[in-house]
Amino acid sequence: MVVELGHFALVLALLVAIFQMVVPAYGARTNDDRLMAVGEPAALCQLGLLIVAFLSLTIAYVTSDFSVANVVANSHSTKPLLYRISGVWGNHEGSMVLWVLILALFGAAVAAFGRNLPPTLKANVLAVQASIAVAFMLFILLTSNPFLRLDPPPADGNGLNPILQDPALAFHPPFLYAGYVGFSIAYSFAIAALIDGRIDAAWARWVRPWTLAAWMCLTLGIAMGSWWAYYELGWGGWWFWDPVENASFMPWLAGTALLHSALVMEKRDALKVWTVLLAILTFSLSLMGTFLVRSGILTSVHAFAVDPQRGVFVLAIMTLFTGGGLALYALRARDLRQGGIFAPISREGSLVLNNILLTTACATVFIGTLYPLALESLTGDKISVGPPYFDWTFGPLMVPLLLALPFGPLLAWKRGDVLGAAQRLAFAALLAIIVMVGTLAVLQRGPWLAPFGIAIGVFVMAGAVTDLASRVRLGSVPLGDAARRLVNLPRSAIGTALAHFGVGMLVVGVVSTSAYREEKILVMKPGEVVSIAGYDITFRGVAPRTGPNYREEVAVFDAARGGTQVSHLEPSRRIYDMPPEPTTEAGIHPGWRGDLYVVLGDAQTAGGYAVRVYFNPFVRFIWLGAVVMFIAGAISLSDRRLRVGAPGRARRVVAAPAE
Amino acid sequence: MTMRKPTTRRMFSRARPARAASALLACLAAMLTAGAAFAVEPDEILPDPALEARARAISSELRCLVCQNQSIDDSNAPLARDLRLLVRERLKAGDSDGQVLRFVEDRYGEFVLLRPPLSWHTLLLWIAPVLALIIAVWATARAWRRRQAVASAPSQAAEPLTSDEEDRLREILAENEGEPPIRD
Repeated sequence: MVVELGHFALVLALLVAIFQMVVPAYGARTNDDRLMAVGEPAALCQLGLLIVAFLSLTIAYVTSDFSVANVVANSHSTKPLLYRISGVWGNHEGSMVLWVLILALFGAAVAAFGRNLPPTLKANVLAVQASIAVAFMLFILLTSNPFLRLDPPPADGNGLNPILQDPALAFHPPFLYAGYVGFSIAYSFAIAALIDGRIDAAWARWVRPWTLAAWMCLTLGIAMGSWWAYYELGWGGWWFWDPVENASFMPWLAGTALLHSALVMEKRDALKVWTVLLAILTFSLSLMGTFLVRSGILTSVHAFAVDPQRGVFVLAIMTLFTGGGLALYALRARDLRQGGIFAPISREGSLVLNNILLTTACATVFIGTLYPLALESLTGDKISVGPPYFDWTFGPLMVPLLLALPFGPLLAWKRGDVLGAAQRLAFAALLAIIVMVGTLAVLQRGPWLAPFGIAIGVFVMAGAVTDLASRVRLGSVPLGDAARRLVNLPRSAIGTALAHFGVGMLVVGVVSTSAYREEKILVMKPGEVVSIAGYDITFRGVAPRTGPNYREEVAVFDAARGGTQVSHLEPSRRIYDMPPEPTTEAGIHPGWRGDLYVVLGDAQTAGGYAVRVYFNPFVRFIWLGAVVMFIAGAISLSDRRLRVGAPGRARRVVAAPAE
Repeated sequence: MTMRKPTTRRMFSRARPARAASALLACLAAMLTAGAAFAVEPDEILPDPALEARARAISSELRCLVCQNQSIDDSNAPLARDLRLLVRERLKAGDSDGQVLRFVEDRYGEFVLLRPPLSWHTLLLWIAPVLALIIAVWATARAWRRRQAVASAPSQAAEPLTSDEEDRLREILAENEGEPPIRD
């Protein structure tokens, strides 16, 4: 009954979305206030219905209703509650319901908080947002319905793949989707602006917080996935340039570029046309990510050809919104008035450089991901484009970006003084050089470029600190004054510096763990000791253990440094009950200097176990950097300037007679 | 779909279906599986550390053909193990890195190389990043020059504010009073 209710709510949500797509847009065209005004309640109503649909599916999962085909395929009655809930979006059908729910959430947020938007813009934004919802709800109902029943129902379900039964992975999809789908707001605003034929700084002021919120979620979502891969897949890798990863990385790169170009548009009324294009492209890349993963085309071009129904549907959606958006852009972009001129050396200029390099990097990932697919379907030749390709192409593009990054915030708008910025960065540069020389002198191993890479990361971090220090005039005013200035700084300035600091941390983590990772692969018998990175690790033995829905073999290791025990590691090998599949759990001792990472292998016929021991220096900086970027985004979002959509303020504006 | 070999205990090649964007791949992951993770086994390692380091570097350039996007260095599939042993054999026989890669490519085809060699059908792939950068710089320069031309032309005066807009402006100014000016 609950499931039918959910199914019905989804169909009803589709009808509401069709209404929301047609009526406000028609109202905007005919300048009818009453027709335009229906967008708002329709968006809220659509959200309410989708919440009902999503909740009813969740109830089916939580209560293990095995008369529902989707639940049977992806759940099991013995699964812990958390994974019964995360199982809702741990499969194709359920994840699409989450997709449209988040889409409706963003649409409703525009309806609820956008009371001071110009009415035609708002009506068009809600209509475009609804058109995306219509496409995806049709997709769910026609090809991927999660509400279908089974008759007769089986006694129990097939279970969720055990590697997905993990806390980080339970919350990874919602964040990732909030990122993907959040960019739809930027897209809807871009299309609405093109329909309107006018665009101003207020537009950017509106789009930027939404883009920032989406970007934050995407950053955290990608980081969670990477962290999960690190500890779950059992050899400490954290990024693989896999097409699925690239599918989420491309919108991130484009979204980062959009964030920066929207800044220029908001502050200086420049780069308008480009920002609109970037908004369209960013969401198109999100759609492409959905297509790549949902169509199964990544597994093989042939898998796609065998069961093309879903793939073709998503491809059609992607073509419609990307093609439609770009066509509208081609038709209308020249009508948008350009404003704000600037010298090449200026804050704007540095943000343009940021955009050039980020979009080129994005294009590189795009080509690297799609080239093998295109080549195979055109000529039948099979080639592989793997990590070595991306290391060679993406890496060099990041070097100038990161070197230029600390200069940007130190340059003035319109016309900047690059020498002055360089002087202020002298300390940061000096610090970076000291670290580089120090790394070379102490380690004397690894790739010769690695110390340079670490120095770049340090330069970016120190540059972010310099940015804040020069804003509060640290050194030239008394310390108390500087502290007061820091408190009074706009939060967006603090957010900028903090986010850039996070980028620096990430670079340091990536380079040091890639270049200076230590590894020992050996056979160990109980009582034996292996030394790595100053740790002495003693193997104590292996014992069986039973978990809630798995059995495992647990190995016990004691790690000591200089004779004192610092950690007790328990890597294990699990076999889950349902489905009966093996996983490896690494034993990890986290630390600032780096992670000790131990993996248990097979028992050897000659006695003992195969063991892998790693030391991953500064690996935590990768995810800490991402978390810092997320926090920086949140601080920036709390800036008064960006809270245009805050309810309290919006109400006051509505009450104002001037509206 | 899966690489099931029912007779062996480790039935699965360790596919890495889901990684960073794994949510999206959850359904795929249900078909593929993560098995016990162990790639390079202790008994494979060469006694000469220099040779072993070269073997590892070469292994990370070679694709495990039965996995999804894994190098043989990361994969625990039996085929990947065979390839790792083959690489080490060739190195022991005195082959250069390039010769080893060519040897494997001759047997398994270009698909095995994770870094596709430059040839006519990968030309676009390799020049794409440079091409993209050139296009981006060129388009920026063109747009900038055009803007300069427009800006140097006599500028049209800004349209005067309507009375509504003036009211609104006064209101905003009043609202901001008493707060420190926003500086950047």
